[in-house]
Amino acid sequence: MSHYALTIHQAQEKLRAREVSAVELSQAVLNRIQDTDQHLHSYLTVCAEEALAQAETADRTLANGVTPPPLCGIPIALKDVILAQGVRSTAGSKILEHFVSPYDATVTQHLKEAGAVIIGKVNCDEFAMGSSNENSAFAPCRNPWDTDRVPGGSSGGSAACVAADQTCAALGTDTGGSIRLPAAFCGIVGLKPTYGRVSRFGVVAYASSLDQVGPCTKDVRDCALLLEVIAGYDPRDSTSVNRPTPSYTAHLERGVSGLRIGIPQEYFIEGMQPEVETAVRDAIAHLSTLGAEIVPISLPHTEYAIASYYIIAMAEASSNLARYDGVRYGYRAAEVEDLGALYQTTRAQGFGSEVKRRIALGTYVLSAGYYDAYYVKAQKVRTLIRQDFLSAFEACDIIATPVAPTTAFRLGEKLADPLTMYLSDIFTIAVNLAGLPGLSVPCGFDQHGLPIGLQLIGRPFDEEALLQAGYAYEQDHDWRARKPPL
Amino acid sequence: MPYESVIGLEVHAQLLTESKIFCGCSTRFGAAPNQHTCPVCLGLPGVLPVLNKKVVDFALRAALATHCTIAPTSRWARKNYFYPDLPKGYQISMYELPIAEHGHVEVAALRPDSGQAQGQAKKVCLTRIHMEEDAGKSIHDAEAGASLVDLNRTGVPLLEIVSEPDIRSAAEAGHYLRSLRTLLQYIEVCDGNMEEGSLRCDANVSIRPQGNAELGTRTEIKNLNSFRAVEKAIEHEIQRQSEVVEAGGRVVQETRLWDADREVTRPMRSKEFAHDYRYFPDPDLLPLVVDQAWVEHVQADLPELPAARRARFIHDYGLPVYDAEVLTARKDVADYFEASVRACPAVPKVVSNWVMDSVLRFVKEEKLDAALKIETWPCSPEHLGMLIGLIQDGTISTTIAKTIYEEMRQTGHPPEEIIEAKGLRQVSDTDTLQAAITEVLTANPDKVEAYRGGREKLLGFFVGQVMRATQGKANPQMVNTLLRQQLSQ
Ligand SMILES: [Zn+2]
Repeated sequence: MSHYALTIHQAQEKLRAREVSAVELSQAVLNRIQDTDQHLHSYLTVCAEEALAQAETADRTLANGVTPPPLCGIPIALKDVILAQGVRSTAGSKILEHFVSPYDATVTQHLKEAGAVIIGKVNCDEFAMGSSNENSAFAPCRNPWDTDRVPGGSSGGSAACVAADQTCAALGTDTGGSIRLPAAFCGIVGLKPTYGRVSRFGVVAYASSLDQVGPCTKDVRDCALLLEVIAGYDPRDSTSVNRPTPSYTAHLERGVSGLRIGIPQEYFIEGMQPEVETAVRDAIAHLSTLGAEIVPISLPHTEYAIASYYIIAMAEASSNLARYDGVRYGYRAAEVEDLGALYQTTRAQGFGSEVKRRIALGTYVLSAGYYDAYYVKAQKVRTLIRQDFLSAFEACDIIATPVAPTTAFRLGEKLADPLTMYLSDIFTIAVNLAGLPGLSVPCGFDQHGLPIGLQLIGRPFDEEALLQAGYAYEQDHDWRARKPPL
Repeated sequence: MPYESVIGLEVHAQLLTESKIFCGCSTRFGAAPNQHTCPVCLGLPGVLPVLNKKVVDFALRAALATHCTIAPTSRWARKNYFYPDLPKGYQISMYELPIAEHGHVEVAALRPDSGQAQGQAKKVCLTRIHMEEDAGKSIHDAEAGASLVDLNRTGVPLLEIVSEPDIRSAAEAGHYLRSLRTLLQYIEVCDGNMEEGSLRCDANVSIRPQGNAELGTRTEIKNLNSFRAVEKAIEHEIQRQSEVVEAGGRVVQETRLWDADREVTRPMRSKEFAHDYRYFPDPDLLPLVVDQAWVEHVQADLPELPAARRARFIHDYGLPVYDAEVLTARKDVADYFEASVRACPAVPKVVSNWVMDSVLRFVKEEKLDAALKIETWPCSPEHLGMLIGLIQDGTISTTIAKTIYEEMRQTGHPPEEIIEAKGLRQVSDTDTLQAAITEVLTANPDKVEAYRGGREKLLGFFVGQVMRATQGKANPQMVNTLLRQQLSQ
C-alpha cells in the first residue's frame, strides 16, 4: 500500500514502528497531491515547505522513544475557513484571496499540539455557503469518483482530498450538512459534532449558531481519533461547552447490542433515489442483525427545517460577513469616489453571487417589519425541531437516516436553481438546528459507482454512540476497500 | 401659547475597566493609534467575543446605585451598520433584554460643582441601563484625501443610561446630567470626563402645549460633549421647535447635530446615521445570567451613595444643606472631610469651612480634581484637623493658622512642628500684651487723643499695630479687651 493511502491509525503504527518516516509520509502525500489535484482542485493552498519542516520535527519526536503525541507526523488538511497562522486563508472567496491569518484557530492549535502536519488548505464553497462546492471563487472541487460530478458542499475539498488519498484526514465545517453531505458523496466518514463540542474560535463564521468543525476521515476509528484531538471547551469561544471530552477510541468496539435505533418516517420521502433508500435500509437491517433494536419514530416538524434553517443562517451570515468591507484587510476596490462606493464596489466585486444572495436575504429577514414574521418565527420552529428530536430520543438512542436523497449530481446540474440545490441538505439541516451530533458513514454505491451515505444522529454530546454504531457497521463491510478511479 | 418642553437624555458612560469588554486589550487612553488592538477587536475573520465579567460588575454597580430592577437574564444583540471605525460591521449591544430597567436618579437641589441653587430636588426615572462596546475613532482631516481610523477605543465598555422624558428644562437636563455624573464617579465606574468623551450625551427633545398629556414629536440631538453644550443645545432646540409650531408648521422627527461654534442644531444628513439597525440576538454570546448572589456581592461592595451621605452629613454633623451638598459632590472630598473631622470632632462646621474655603479652592485652582480621584491634596486631612484643633484650644489664631496652612501645604509638615520651628504660638500672656499695647499707645498720642474724642473706629488701627508688633501672634480677643481697658483709663 502506498504511504499516502494510509489511515491515521495505520500511519500511527508505521511511524511508531519507524517503518516510514514522517517526512516520507508527508512527501508521499505531497506527491499524490501533485499528481492528482489538477483533476480535483481539492487544494487551494499546499503548505509543502512548512509541512516538511513540521514532519522533520515529528521525526525527531518519534526518534526520542517516548510516547509521541497522537497525531505526530500525520498529514491533516484544513478546510479553508479554518485559520492557520502564517497561511493564506481564503474561505473560498475572492474577498480574502490574499488574506494570511496572523493567528491559529483553536482546532489548528490542537492539531499542532498533537503533532499533526498541516499539509494544506482545501477547497470549499465561498464562506461555506453551498452544497456542491461550485460556489468556490476559485475552481470548483470535483468528485474523485467521477470528476464530472460535484463532491458535495460546502466541505467538498475536505471530503474529496480524503477520498482521493491526498491526505490522511481533513477538518471540515458543517452548518447545514456541509461535512456529512460531501462525506456521503465522496464515500468517506464525516462527523458534525454537537454544537459546543468543538471550538469555533478561528473559524471564519458563516452562521454562528449552527457552525461546527468536524473530522473528515477514511474510517470511523480515524474519526474518533481526530475528534478526540479537536474537541473540548475553549475559553475563547463562549458557545463551547465546558464538559470533559471522553476518549472516543477507548470504547469504539462496544457494538450495538441493545442499542435502540430510531427510523423517522419523514426521512424516507417520495422522489428519493431508490438505490439510496435500499442501501440505507440494508444498513439499518444489518445493525439490527448485530443486536440493535429498530424503532419507528416521527419528527413531525421536519418539513419546516429548510425554511427555518435558511432564514436563521442567512440572517446570521448577513451580519457575520459585514466585516469584509475593504477597510482593514482583504480585497478593496480601487479608485472609488467615497465611503459608500468603497463598501458597495468592494463587496460587489469581492463576493460571489450565492454569498450576495444570502446576505441580501439575511438582511431582508432582519429588517424592521419583517423580523418577527421571519427571524422570530424561524427561531420558534427551531425550538420545535429540537423538541421533536429530544422527545424521539426518549424512545431511541440514535437515529438512522440517509444523508442525502441522491448520490453526487453533475456539475452545473443544480446551479441554476438555488431551491433545488438547497434541498440537497434536506436530511442534514435539522441536525444543525437541533445542535445534535451527526455522523455520515459509507453504506454502498449506486449503479454508477457513486458512494451512498448513512446518517446516524445522536443525543447532545453522545458522539460516542454514533461512532460505536458506525464502527460496528463498518467492520462488516468493505466499502472502503474500493478506491476512486484516479 | 405657553409650551412645556419634554426632555429625555441618553447617556453613554465609558467604564473604567482595565481591559476591553470582549477581549483582553487595554482600555488606557492616549496610546499611539491602533496600539491597543488584537484580532478580536480588529474584527478579523474567525474571532469571537468573550465577555469581561468586570463590565457586568460595573453595570450592576450603576444599576444598584440608580435603584434599577436587575434582569436575571439579559441578552446581547448585534446592532448592524457600516462605518470604518466599526470593524465587525456591527456593534455588540443589548436591545430587547437589557441588564437593568426602571430606576431613578435623585437630582440634588444645588449644583454640586458651584453650589448654585438649581431648583427643586427631584427624581428622574430611568428607562433602562445596558452594556455595549464602543466604536473606534475616525479622523477625517489629518491627511488630505484620506480618513484615518484608530481602533484603540473599539471594544471599550460603555453603559448606556436612558432616562424617561422626565426633564422639563435645559437647566434641569444639566442638573440631571451632573447628578448622574457624580453618582457614576462615586461608585467609581466612570471618570465622567465629557471633554475626553468618557461621558457622552444625546438628548430627545419635544414640546407640547402646557397641560397636554400627549407627547409632541421629538428630535434627537447628538454631539453634546460638554455640560454647556447640553444646556445650550436643548435651549436652542426648544426655541426652534416653538418657532416652528408658532409659525403653523410641524416638528419633524429627525436626528439633529449640535454645532457648538455656531450654537445651532442642524439636521444630520441621512448618510450620517442608519435607519434600520437590524438588531438580533448575538449568536456568539450566551444569554447573560445574573443570580442573586452576584447582585449581593456587588451590593456589599457599593459605597455609601451621595444622597444618603448628604443626609447623614446634615444630620450627624449639623452641616447646612449647602455644605453637605458641596462636600458630598465627590466621594474623595467627602472622605477627606470625614477624615479631618475625626482629627477634630468638636467643630464639624469649622472643618467644613476650611475644607471648602482653603482645600477645595486650591484643588480647583490646581485642577487636582480633573482626575476621578484626587491623588495629591494640599495637606493631609489629619493635619488639617489638627490645625483646626489648635485654633480651638487657643494655641494659634485663625490668622496665624492661615500662614501655618500655607507652610503645611508647601512642606507637608504637621502644624505643631511648624508652630514650634517658627515660634508661632499665640501670645495670650497679659503682661507681654500690656507692654506691647503701652508701646503702641505711647507712639501714637494724637490718635489716642482722637479716639478718646469719639473716633472709636481707630480701635482697629491700634489692634493692627499690636498684632504687627507681636508678628501676628497676639491673641486677638485679648488684645481687643486690653486695648479697650487702657484707652478708657
Ligand atoms: Zn482587543
